[in-house]
Amino acid sequence: MNSSNKFDILRMVLAVGIALLISFLIILIASDEPLRAILELLTGPLKSTRSFGNVIEKMIPLIFTGVGISIMFSANQINLAGEGSFHLGGLVATYIALNAAIPMGLSPWVCVLVAGFLGSLVTAVPAVMKIKTDSDVLVSSLMMNYIIVFFANYVLNYILRDPKAGAVVSFAIPAHIQLNSIIPGTRIHLGLFIALAVAFFGYVLLYKTKIGYEIRITGENMDFAKYSGINVLKVTLISQLIGGFIFGVGGGVEILGMYSRFSWTSSLGYGWDAIIITTLAKKNPLYVPFAAFFLAYLRTGASKMSIATNVPTEIITVAQGIIILLVVAEQFLSKYKHKMIAKEARLSLSNAKEAE
Amino acid sequence: MSHNVLEMKNIMKIYPNGIVAVEDVTLELQKGEIHALLGENGAGKSTLMKVLFGLESPEQGQIFLNGEEIQLKSPLEAIKKGIGMVHQHFMLVSSLTVAENIVLGIEPKKSIFVDMNKAIDISKELAKKYNFDIDVTQRVEELPVGIKQKVEILKALYRGADILILDEPTAVLTPQETEELFVQLKKLKELGHTLIFISHKLDEIKSICDRATIMKSGKSKGTYKVSEISTNEMSKLMVGRDVVMTFDKKPLSLKETALKVRNLIVEGTTGVVRVDDLSFDVKQGEIFGIAGVEGNGQGHLVEALTGLTKKYCGDILIFDQNISNKNINEIRKLKVSHIPEDRMTLGCAANMNIMDNLLSNQYQSSEYSGRFMLKLKKIEERVNKLIKEYLIKCKSYKQNVGMLSGGNIQKVVVAREFSTEPKIIIANQPTRGIDVGAASFIRQRIIEFRDAGCAIVLISADLNEVFELSDRLAVMYKGKFSGVFTDVKKLTEEELGKYMLGIKKDEVLEGIIYE
Repeated sequence: MNSSNKFDILRMVLAVGIALLISFLIILIASDEPLRAILELLTGPLKSTRSFGNVIEKMIPLIFTGVGISIMFSANQINLAGEGSFHLGGLVATYIALNAAIPMGLSPWVCVLVAGFLGSLVTAVPAVMKIKTDSDVLVSSLMMNYIIVFFANYVLNYILRDPKAGAVVSFAIPAHIQLNSIIPGTRIHLGLFIALAVAFFGYVLLYKTKIGYEIRITGENMDFAKYSGINVLKVTLISQLIGGFIFGVGGGVEILGMYSRFSWTSSLGYGWDAIIITTLAKKNPLYVPFAAFFLAYLRTGASKMSIATNVPTEIITVAQGIIILLVVAEQFLSKYKHKMIAKEARLSLSNAKEAE
Repeated sequence: MSHNVLEMKNIMKIYPNGIVAVEDVTLELQKGEIHALLGENGAGKSTLMKVLFGLESPEQGQIFLNGEEIQLKSPLEAIKKGIGMVHQHFMLVSSLTVAENIVLGIEPKKSIFVDMNKAIDISKELAKKYNFDIDVTQRVEELPVGIKQKVEILKALYRGADILILDEPTAVLTPQETEELFVQLKKLKELGHTLIFISHKLDEIKSICDRATIMKSGKSKGTYKVSEISTNEMSKLMVGRDVVMTFDKKPLSLKETALKVRNLIVEGTTGVVRVDDLSFDVKQGEIFGIAGVEGNGQGHLVEALTGLTKKYCGDILIFDQNISNKNINEIRKLKVSHIPEDRMTLGCAANMNIMDNLLSNQYQSSEYSGRFMLKLKKIEERVNKLIKEYLIKCKSYKQNVGMLSGGNIQKVVVAREFSTEPKIIIANQPTRGIDVGAASFIRQRIIEFRDAGCAIVLISADLNEVFELSDRLAVMYKGKFSGVFTDVKKLTEEELGKYMLGIKKDEVLEGIIYE
């Protein structure tokens, strides 16, 4: 391993460490019983099967979104419409589950796949707009999310809404279409395996296939890709179709695994979480489950802490922010990095001299 | 004329990619001398000067100005201490006038406004004092390169530069402009300025420098009085062996015409005609050299030939197939390889590893991939073979290309482009800014491909290169060929310079088209 890789790992660990430390400091100042709060934050998720189950349940959607955005970001397409894909994916899965007559064993899979296809259409809109009109993907993809949320609200209110229910929710999804829980005492569902498979698929796609190679090369240096004869427009579009598909599947899986009725009426924030995940995972889908686990654990811990003490869960949002800042900040520790490299260079110089 | 006005002691500079650019170098400047800093590309001359100008902070070493130790953290501090630099690539605002450029940042003020008249007066006076013949009210973008350089020099002088660093000032100049520059540099010396003259051209150093410090791969090879050292000795110190610049070439054996260009016109982004009605043929088995000062349309010509731009009129035929409707991929499939001018923007992805970079023109072949999957085992074998064959210095193929030295990055580009059994090679500045070893290795390869019957178009600003390699040589000036030479050996540098500058121009170009 060369010094540069070592350095990246060190920076990640330090970033997380510093962020947690600052959170602890804030807890120390804000809480009446800081030690209990910190203990609860760190060990709360481990205290019962149920709470550890919460970690895994939270992790599942984060894996989907993390992988989806990693594939788009690898092509350097800052498309944040995944949020909308996820939302629409949940809606579509619900719609099909309630309306289509599909053979028993197949139905969850059909729901999820159709959710994926429609999800890819959502991310495709900003992608096509970029190609046809040169509009900024970041802006148009963010706007796309609003359209999807309000469209979903419309469908929920006027088509799927169960008038007998007290809140704005859809009719109940038949039990046989829902994804089964796989560990008793928790809500961990089949979606976990789908998510892990998607992460592996994402890794193989990016690092072992032709299209993955094209995606990465286009993302790293688009001029170089063009010069090499790669059709960069096609590649960026494909990356966003695949990314949106995975987001859509994620939304479908989330609804069928965790809910019995569709009830999302506002933006869920999964698109933003995805950015945190892909930053921690360095755009590599193989690392996404670990990053997702980390974030899910932190959040579960935070909610345990807020139940047990008077410290609100938002404290962990602060920690997230600091981690991202430190990981993304290229200059963070750059002096130390330079020293490390200089030391290595000097060492090889003196080695060379000895050899002479 | 004996005390040291400046001393740099034991300077060491290591770049972020781990390359030791300068290793324990000491440089002493005497007042009022022209001191040559001599060395090949990549020897560390520019880096050493960047340290002196406050652009890079050294890992080790001290700088003394008039016996006093100084710390230079930024160019601003260097300027305040009377050190000026004329960069190889000019740092001028091209939309402003000469006078505006000269006073930029320290403008004479009339209340809160810039006193333009005073600025013009100051500039005029300055130009007069140093005997520079410049119209200070002209916009910089309208000026030829030689004048722009003078503006750069005046800019530094206006900021009170006693010590003036000139980074390869003649690289962009024609022989005639060079002579004019030398007259002015001598004048500066008379007026008491101390000059550092960075170059790798021995005859220039002989003609105007007093002393020379010779650098080779980051180390100093000593300081010598120019009058007491021969050019042969200098070149030995510089290269470490006698400069072998002749290559063994098999006698010319021309085969079928590979490339046919007829009435090619390419427009630049601003609508200016960059390539103006060019026609030429290139046959298999020859190296067709295109010499010229950079920016005379060579880049646009290459873009058209390789499919990077489709905005051209006229015909380009590759093995009798018109490429106007073919995309880059289809052109590459006609066995065309392209060594781009700028390896970092077009030639590689710096943050990807060597394997990924060597693969970009081959991953589609059935040997290295199936319908969807890459055949990574085969690719790995191939990549390791190429690294060995092209002597790419690296730890393994997993190293990012951006971490390699310039010469090794260029070898990666060349290895990739040459590994597809090309029938036509478009080589645009194939050895620019890399060390001698890598350069002669690449040139040797180009000749091997020529001998094997490849058609090669070599675009280069390096006269040595076009002279030694070309079988036929054309000179490009303002989008046209100003001359074509079928017997390159008979041509002198002086003569070529005239064609490059447009002083001489042949109306009838004999031997440009085969019939």
